[in-house]
Amino acid sequence: MNDYFVLIVTALVMGTTARMLMMRVDYRQYPTYPQSYLGHFTLGVIAAGLGAVAIPAIAEKEYVAITFLALAAQQFRDVRNMERQSLDNIEVTELVPRGTAYIEDIAKAFEARNYLALLASLATGIGYFIGETFKVPIILRILIGVVFGVITIVFLTNMLKGYFVGDIAEVRPAEIKFDGPLLTVAGVVIMNIGLKESQKIYLEQGLAVEIVPNHEEAMVILSNIGQRQAIQHHSSIQLGIRKDVDEPDFTPIARRNPKNGNIVMAIVTMEPNEKYLLDVVKRTPVLESAKRKALDVAITTKAERVGK
Amino acid sequence: MEFGITDLIIAVVTTNKDMVSSSMTPVFYAEDDEHKERLALLISKTTMGMVHDLESGTYIIVKH
Repeated sequence: MNDYFVLIVTALVMGTTARMLMMRVDYRQYPTYPQSYLGHFTLGVIAAGLGAVAIPAIAEKEYVAITFLALAAQQFRDVRNMERQSLDNIEVTELVPRGTAYIEDIAKAFEARNYLALLASLATGIGYFIGETFKVPIILRILIGVVFGVITIVFLTNMLKGYFVGDIAEVRPAEIKFDGPLLTVAGVVIMNIGLKESQKIYLEQGLAVEIVPNHEEAMVILSNIGQRQAIQHHSSIQLGIRKDVDEPDFTPIARRNPKNGNIVMAIVTMEPNEKYLLDVVKRTPVLESAKRKALDVAITTKAERVGK
Repeated sequence: MEFGITDLIIAVVTTNKDMVSSSMTPVFYAEDDEHKERLALLISKTTMGMVHDLESGTYIIVKH
């Protein structure tokens, strides 16, 4: 038992570390408040614990104990639900909503991070146990375990990283113009703004971007409404939106140019700075639910043309 | 989720005195463009609606 104690503790520490590292990877998905921080930390510890006891259970021929992992999967689905519900509940309090696709993405990320903690501790346990089988000194066993854990963490963290709008498209500044009451950016009509005062604010303080997809698949990704909502939310949350609930005129809306698939968006921020807006749009994550492999489908008229 | 009626024309503000409301939507007659602007602003602030310009002297206020 004493021997398993070291195994379990090593695996537990590695699993928890994996979860902690993921909390720091990206501030946008980092639980901002101490309560959520503690909540996710504790769930991470539980996940790591479940992964840690799996190997000793198998070693003791307690094969039934493997059903623990099924329990874990159930538990993490609940994490996803919890995160989705909590974000759904606060959605109405956002000036510019996240959108259901972005919420789903964040919820999935939280679930996946718990699996990461579980797999990291499981790998650590396996590494340690291999060391034990070959009767190597205890320090070396711990080291092998840690190496296994680190490899898993690095591999999975890279896999989960995803990519950003800046990777699939060129983001460039554009000019806001009014065609009568119609607010247009790069020739695309965004909306009808009646009040002269609002039009003036748009012309004086408004910023606009044009997102030009790099390839056909990027065009499909950017056309997704959830992806566009994510861009709107991101820009407004990070630059500070100049809007209140009774001013729908200043809601940023990303519209698509149906001719070439470009996305245009006009926004009025607290501090108009074009460079920051471009940076923020580029750093918006590409949502998993928006990803499409349009060129890989069986019907390939367009794919044939681009020679894929 | 928040539920409510959206995409509904709440009011019409116009300087065109010939306009007659054919539905439940109230029509507000403005004396000039400046008055029209002011009326539209006041109504939109009260109803949280958005002002759209239909040109030729008519604004509609729409709840989105």
